Amino acid sequence: MTQIPLLSLIIWVPIIGGIICMFAGDDRKATRARCIALFTAFLNLMLCIPLYTHFDNSTSAMQFVENVDWIAKFGIHYQLGVDGISVLMVILSTITTFLVVIASWKPIQKNVAQYMAAFLIMQGMMVGVFESLDAILFYVFWEGMLIPMYLCIGMWGGPRRTYASIKFFLYTFLGSALMLIALLYLRTKSNDFNILSFYSIKLTMHEQVYIFIAFLFAFAVKIPMWPVHTWLPDAHTEAPAGGSVVLAALMLKMGIYGILRFSMPITPDASQHLAGLMIVLSLIAIVYIAIVAIGQSDMKRLIAYSSVAHMGFTTLACFVVYKIVARTGDLQDAYLTLEGGMVQMLSHAFSTGAMFLGVGVLYERLHSREIGDYGGVAHKMPLFAAFFMLFALANVGLPGTSGFVGEFLIILGSFKASYVITLFAATTLVLSAVYTLWLYKRVFFGVVTRKEVESMKDLELPEYLVLGILAFLVLFIGLYPNALLKTFHTSIGHLLELSTTSKL
Amino acid sequence: MEQLKFLTLLIIMAPLLGAMGAGLFCRHISKTFAHGLTIGLMGVSFAISVIVAYLVIHTGASYNGVLYVWAQSGNLTLNVGFMIDHLTALMMLTVTFVSLLVHIYSVGYMTEDGGYQRFFAYISLFTFSMLMLVSANNFLQLFFGWEGVGVVSYLLIGFWFDRESANQGSLKAFLVNRVGDFGFVVGIAGVLSYFGSLDYAPVFAGVPAVISAHAVLPGTHWSVLSCICLFLFIGAMAKSAQMPLHVWLPESMEGPTPISALIHAATMVTAGVFMVARLSPLYQGAPAIQTFILVIGATGALFTGLIAIVQNDIKRVVAYSTLSQLGYMMAAAGASAYAASIFHLMTHAAFKALLFLGAGSVIIAMHHDQDLRNMGGLKKYMPITYITFLIGTLSLSGIPPFSGFFSKDAIIEAVKFSTIPGASYAYICVLLGCFVTGLYSFRALFMAFHGEERMSHELKHHLQESPWVVWLPLVLLAIPSLIQGYFMIEPMLFSAQGYLGSSINVLPQNNVLGLMAEEFKGPWHMILGSFTSLPCYFALLGAFTAWFAYIKQPDFPGRCAQRFSVMYSILINKYGFDMFNDWFFVRGGQRTAAIMYLGDSQIIDNFFVNGAGRLITWMSSTSRRMQTGYLYHYAFIMILGLIVLLGWLMF
Repeated sequence: MTQIPLLSLIIWVPIIGGIICMFAGDDRKATRARCIALFTAFLNLMLCIPLYTHFDNSTSAMQFVENVDWIAKFGIHYQLGVDGISVLMVILSTITTFLVVIASWKPIQKNVAQYMAAFLIMQGMMVGVFESLDAILFYVFWEGMLIPMYLCIGMWGGPRRTYASIKFFLYTFLGSALMLIALLYLRTKSNDFNILSFYSIKLTMHEQVYIFIAFLFAFAVKIPMWPVHTWLPDAHTEAPAGGSVVLAALMLKMGIYGILRFSMPITPDASQHLAGLMIVLSLIAIVYIAIVAIGQSDMKRLIAYSSVAHMGFTTLACFVVYKIVARTGDLQDAYLTLEGGMVQMLSHAFSTGAMFLGVGVLYERLHSREIGDYGGVAHKMPLFAAFFMLFALANVGLPGTSGFVGEFLIILGSFKASYVITLFAATTLVLSAVYTLWLYKRVFFGVVTRKEVESMKDLELPEYLVLGILAFLVLFIGLYPNALLKTFHTSIGHLLELSTTSKL
Repeated sequence: MEQLKFLTLLIIMAPLLGAMGAGLFCRHISKTFAHGLTIGLMGVSFAISVIVAYLVIHTGASYNGVLYVWAQSGNLTLNVGFMIDHLTALMMLTVTFVSLLVHIYSVGYMTEDGGYQRFFAYISLFTFSMLMLVSANNFLQLFFGWEGVGVVSYLLIGFWFDRESANQGSLKAFLVNRVGDFGFVVGIAGVLSYFGSLDYAPVFAGVPAVISAHAVLPGTHWSVLSCICLFLFIGAMAKSAQMPLHVWLPESMEGPTPISALIHAATMVTAGVFMVARLSPLYQGAPAIQTFILVIGATGALFTGLIAIVQNDIKRVVAYSTLSQLGYMMAAAGASAYAASIFHLMTHAAFKALLFLGAGSVIIAMHHDQDLRNMGGLKKYMPITYITFLIGTLSLSGIPPFSGFFSKDAIIEAVKFSTIPGASYAYICVLLGCFVTGLYSFRALFMAFHGEERMSHELKHHLQESPWVVWLPLVLLAIPSLIQGYFMIEPMLFSAQGYLGSSINVLPQNNVLGLMAEEFKGPWHMILGSFTSLPCYFALLGAFTAWFAYIKQPDFPGRCAQRFSVMYSILINKYGFDMFNDWFFVRGGQRTAAIMYLGDSQIIDNFFVNGAGRLITWMSSTSRRMQTGYLYHYAFIMILGLIVLLGWLMF
């Protein structure tokens, strides 16, 4: 397989497809644009099959590596590769984009070609983020991806889209600026920008803390962690359904990916040093943000806050590792939370993505995000109500759905660090049920009181297809998470090794 | 034995298959097909349960093994697997038996409902979850079943989702159960952390080591095992509706009556009792928690029973009675008489399902009026329902020789023999509970079936016995309510290798059933002996009081309510739990959320984030004014700068 540059293909096929799509013509030829987009997304999905089947999950080394000089003078390479952590993120991105293209089939009627192009190009860049082994390449994709998302919110968004899109862009862009400085500093200690070679740089505690904080600004904004999360509810609320899905399913994951790929292995001692702070921030997200979510009257805003709360688990998973190793001294104990965090990342993509799509389905029919405008929808859309119930339960973390696995493993594992952490983290069982099922009750149950609801129609084929695929994934991960765990097990082990070995 | 694994798999998968068939294709299949499929598969499941119970109890077969690896992380493996022993076999038998009858009953009860297929899918799905719960060999699967039954219960309470009360009841049920699950999950995390596994066998084996290590939670003086048991028990308190987490059960009556019988009386609510019995090796190591369980259980047994006396909705009377009986089961578990609590669980499953289904039959006849004050004299219109309901009532009140008598008497004796702290308080509670049980259960019986006919004239003309699909399950449940106790008491409680085999673990100093076994001379002696002991007289006194107050002197209750108005208002308000929860948790929670959102949107977002934006805008608009475009302004600033620079260089 080394002859075919599979990783490059997965990056560039959607980008080229997106460029072709952009010139597919105006809205009179919308169907052509849609078909090009669907074909590209499907082709990309097919490319992931050899990627997965030829992936060797018994090694933590980078696979499918491609390495070409890019700007030789500065030691910048076009270097790609995947390990067990990134391969799943790549596959996740292609699946998500595929689903988003189908889901946007009908709702988007204006500037279709550009809309589809934005998503395809965004897809290529996001995959680039996950595949890059060169820090500058990583940075280019990382920032480049903001542009299509900015356009997506700004052009196809809701009434306050200008405010939301500028806030989104400036906030995330400013965060990333410090990361660039950190990367340049690391370059001075190394021969090139290869991320893997950063791992072996010796750094003093002082340096590590500065680098850690610089990275943290970029990643914490992206994840987002409390208290730099406030761009997210606005962005989610105003973005079109597809944009929200990509935002929740993929873009937030880049923050966690960054922590796994940069913060923990490059600055292990600083991570250890600041783990307590990070755990506290994560728990604030889990508890405080969940309570904030209860009080929301806008469906998308509610799900956005719920998303922040769920992402709190992934950051908790990363940093509780240090507390566990410090207490038990056994690396084996730390696997549980970190692997739980990985599963949480993937499952969050499906369940939250599905929730956003679900709201999109409702919005498409009633053009309102206000919970109070609905009521009794289950009478009119029984099939959709059943799907949404499944995704709501996944969001609640019901065993048998994907939402359970990650949180359960993290809660279990965190007890080894401190039972206090477990007590706070486990409140999600109650809080997530409160906001999710209360939302469900107000939207779906009850009698139909408004005549707008009276005219709502049940799912159409594309919606049915997308929600069906997501439902399958949610249940599959919930019932057999080992399929995922097997893939990244070795890589997580390697990462743990790197992240807990002192560099002083 | 691989054969047992295969059979268990069949038992569990049959209802799941039924649920999928009826649920996924609910809009494409007829009603007949939906109930035919689910009932057929439930029948299969029940038949195999009988075989498994026979194999386990008579040939001593058992199985403990892995079905598949759910997750592997580090050196920890989390499995899905079965543990088939005596306890599991009995539970599977109880669950599939009641479930089958409820399936059949529902054909009659739900016949005109629009969500007919959906209903059968749900109850089959429920049975699947419940079977997963009882057959688990590890905490993970236990939790899976635990949450699974909770969700289906939520879906079924809110089955008629256009009723606001049903929606509120279902949400309340789920949320209160989630509070319990919070404790349960923390408990499981503790188990994993201190025992290094989630499989029952290694955990049970590790108990002595954890006790002898005198492990305490870091930073506290609490024994680890006690804390784990306490947290796990919080889960059981919610699921088995123990005070103060009992508030959801009465409101679960908003669901269709068959599920009240299946889920909220016979099976799901007893999951907590089952869990405590299953984890008896853990609880035996935590004496403080045993006292806690005993006191909570006994308190519930008496005080929730008292509420039943003032309820006028026939289903609510039975619901509060369920709370009281669950209290008995828990008290027995607290007194280390696990066998007695499982025994009462089984007899209760039969007679309480009977009472609920009987109440359902009455409700059908009354055209969905559930108010006891509008009934009366139904005896002559519905003879089969009356006789079976009477059997259920006698069994519930603990009148010999009905099955409830044996199990309840065993519990009271066990509490009496128990020597742990709190046992004497518990004994008084469970004893007085007998009087209360007799009173409320006969009150319901008299108000519904005897006395003056208080329904409207029009309704009276339509009164008739329910169809056979409805009364057949009643008859089938009346049989075990009559005889189960007599035949099962000895093998359940007192013989060394009886129906429970070695599933239960009791330390010698806690072995109250062993003490009772020395005095036990057979069920006949027990019946005769009851006429010289207090519980039976208390129950009869309760029944007599009910007769006096509702047949002989019908104006007596009204006068009582007036005379003891304080007591009455306490009971009618259910000790204020609902009011407190509504004020503190519901409204308080909403207010907290609103305040926190204000903090989030105003302080973090508006002040800091957008404030930073505004600051920059202000700065740029201010500094812009300096760029006036006049050359002399720039020259002036240059000169000023030059002076400052020179000044700085010189000094």
